[in-house]
Amino acid sequence: MQKSIQWKAIITAVIVILAVAYLYPTYQWYRKSPEEKVKLEESKDKILGKILKLGLDLKGGMHLVLEVDLNRLPEGTSPSDAMERALEVIRNRVDQFGVAEPLITRQGDRWVVVELPGVKDPERAIELIGKTALLEFKLVNDGVRISEILDSEGKVDPGKVPAGYEVLPGREETLFLLKEESEITGAALTNAKVKIGGQYNMPYVAVDFNKEGAREFARITEVNIERNLAIVLDGRVQSAPVIKSKIPDGHAIIEGNFTMEKAKDLALVLRAGALPAPVNIIENRTIGPSLGRDSIRAGVLAAMIGLICVMCFMVIYYKLSGLIANLAIILNLIILLGMMAYLGRTFVRATLTLPGIAGIILIIGMSVDANVLIFERIREELRAGKTVRVAIDAGYQKAFRTILDSNITTLIAAAFLFQFGSGPVKGFAVTLSLGILISMFTAIVVTHMIFDMVLMGKRIEKLSI
Amino acid sequence: MQFFGKTNFKFIEKRKKAFILSGLMILLSAYAIFHKGVNFGIDFTGGTLVQINFSREITVGEMRETLSRHELSGATIQKFPNSNVMIIRVKSLDVGPVEIARKLSSIFQEEFSQDQFTIDRNEVVGPVVGEYLKKRGTKAFLLAFLGIIIYIAWRFIGGIWGLAGVTALIHDVFITFGIFTILGKEITLPIVAALLTLAGYSINDTIVVYDRIRENIRLQYKKPLAEVINSSINETLSRTMMTSLTTLLVVLSIFILGGPVIHDFSFAILIGIFIGTYSSIFIASPLVYEWRVRKSR
Repeated sequence: MQKSIQWKAIITAVIVILAVAYLYPTYQWYRKSPEEKVKLEESKDKILGKILKLGLDLKGGMHLVLEVDLNRLPEGTSPSDAMERALEVIRNRVDQFGVAEPLITRQGDRWVVVELPGVKDPERAIELIGKTALLEFKLVNDGVRISEILDSEGKVDPGKVPAGYEVLPGREETLFLLKEESEITGAALTNAKVKIGGQYNMPYVAVDFNKEGAREFARITEVNIERNLAIVLDGRVQSAPVIKSKIPDGHAIIEGNFTMEKAKDLALVLRAGALPAPVNIIENRTIGPSLGRDSIRAGVLAAMIGLICVMCFMVIYYKLSGLIANLAIILNLIILLGMMAYLGRTFVRATLTLPGIAGIILIIGMSVDANVLIFERIREELRAGKTVRVAIDAGYQKAFRTILDSNITTLIAAAFLFQFGSGPVKGFAVTLSLGILISMFTAIVVTHMIFDMVLMGKRIEKLSI
Repeated sequence: MQFFGKTNFKFIEKRKKAFILSGLMILLSAYAIFHKGVNFGIDFTGGTLVQINFSREITVGEMRETLSRHELSGATIQKFPNSNVMIIRVKSLDVGPVEIARKLSSIFQEEFSQDQFTIDRNEVVGPVVGEYLKKRGTKAFLLAFLGIIIYIAWRFIGGIWGLAGVTALIHDVFITFGIFTILGKEITLPIVAALLTLAGYSINDTIVVYDRIRENIRLQYKKPLAEVINSSINETLSRTMMTSLTTLLVVLSIFILGGPVIHDFSFAILIGIFIGTYSSIFIASPLVYEWRVRKSR
């Protein structure tokens, strides 16, 4: 008996400490002033990855569903390849926004979901994401070094950019000075594939041009040997290989120190630009930041009032035992929020949404159910004339099965809710299911342990219940 | 403190009345749903929703007049009480939702240029997405029902328990849906979530009673079934009331204080608590009784 209490106490302590540890960064974050938050956000501080994540409906942002138009594909292209290309194009564009933690996922056969938290200019985002991909090949200016056209702050000084040239960003934080006019566009390409071979048996990308493209490319390569030709997708430089020799037949090879992964990416970019799959926006939900702030304030107030009401009620109804149940409610909340913060970092990407806040409030009311079941049982046992000790143990034992059955059926409903929902509704399903699981734990393990601790070594004639 | 001491209500004997009451509520709901029609929100029909916050008072009439000048007389306009926040919804009919969104934004720019306004929310849902969400929502409900039936049938060794439990649950969801339709409230994604939640809540309540019946059947196998069921419901009555009350307290606080966005969501759960509590006492177990009696005849 003693030993089992010790174990329960240790497990409970570990869980609570972990939950508090996971919540601590969130606590720190919300104590900071708005200016500090902006500063940390700009410097991409590590704390951002650790705080409890808010859903788009609370943080503000954009949820888009794009349909890849597979009906207008040229013959002979497989739909799955078209989807992959469309995803690459979208990813490339979203990366250019500089939105923190964008989410891009496939949904079904032809839909792509894009989530842009905190996007500042939604109209520009739509414009950029919705347009057809443009692949261009542009010559790099070798005469001028990038450092020469930067001002003292490290930004591009437009006055120093030579006429007929432009500065475009690369995939990493590099800049390229390119001729404004493109040499050739993606329309001239027919295919791009990864192959392995050559001198060092390394992956390389083989590019095929159509007839006119081949002629054009032969001319370009002939006069620009030893110069860099940048591959630009939607205004971002993907790679800038050196032209080694004239390519007369329209079969070019891009070599480099490619890993398989990098080579595949480049080939995908080239294919995406060669056969752009048009995308249509079929769903757009944009929430401004102020709406979320108001909702959070209202939600927290509702939670507080609800919490106080339930706690008072429990103490009035169950007296001292009600206090134990109240402790369980508090633990439920701490563990629930801690788990949400933890799961936000993992692949689950749990976020707190507005219905999620409602879910937490609901859990405050519903989670006492397990304790109510137990307490009512204990009362029955006491009425039947059992001693305090026996009544408590019997109460827990008899209520266990009921708690299990009733909660599992609720979990089944929550699981399908999770399956069904996206965004806000999913957030609700997560808080609800976690809350149910946690409340089972606190009711069955924690409150029982507290009763045992209180009663340890004492003979209590009357239980305050 | 205690609500009930030892009670001895004759629930089984009142089952006919309960069945009639429930039947009436179901008929009324069905009439509303099939005759009046469900007011599906743009989540399911496709369409456009804009929530704007003006810096000065603009009346619904003013807005309606402005919108009809631009051939958008079909829009629904909703104004939040005590604020200058307005929600405008246009369901997609002939014109695509994207065009309507664009049109609305240019109307605001044109007509209210002097007044400062911010667009808090802008939702555009294509009709394909609406259809898809409808299908997925229906599937989620059917699978959840099936999952619950199977689980209960397995735990209680007998399909009738699962079936009766789920019948009570469908009864709750259907009537809540009906009340929403009668009141003309919109069915949106969060409302569907609320309906699934109350499905979980209602079955939870029912299981507690079932568990007690199962236990009592084992202990008091000589007693007639009606008596066992009655005493089981009576014994769990305190708990049923207690849990309903604590849940009611929190849902009321969301309903009153939680802000306009989740107002309808909490309203759905609020109705669900009442109906769910009622059905777990008056419908779920009496259904099992009715089945057993008819079978043994």
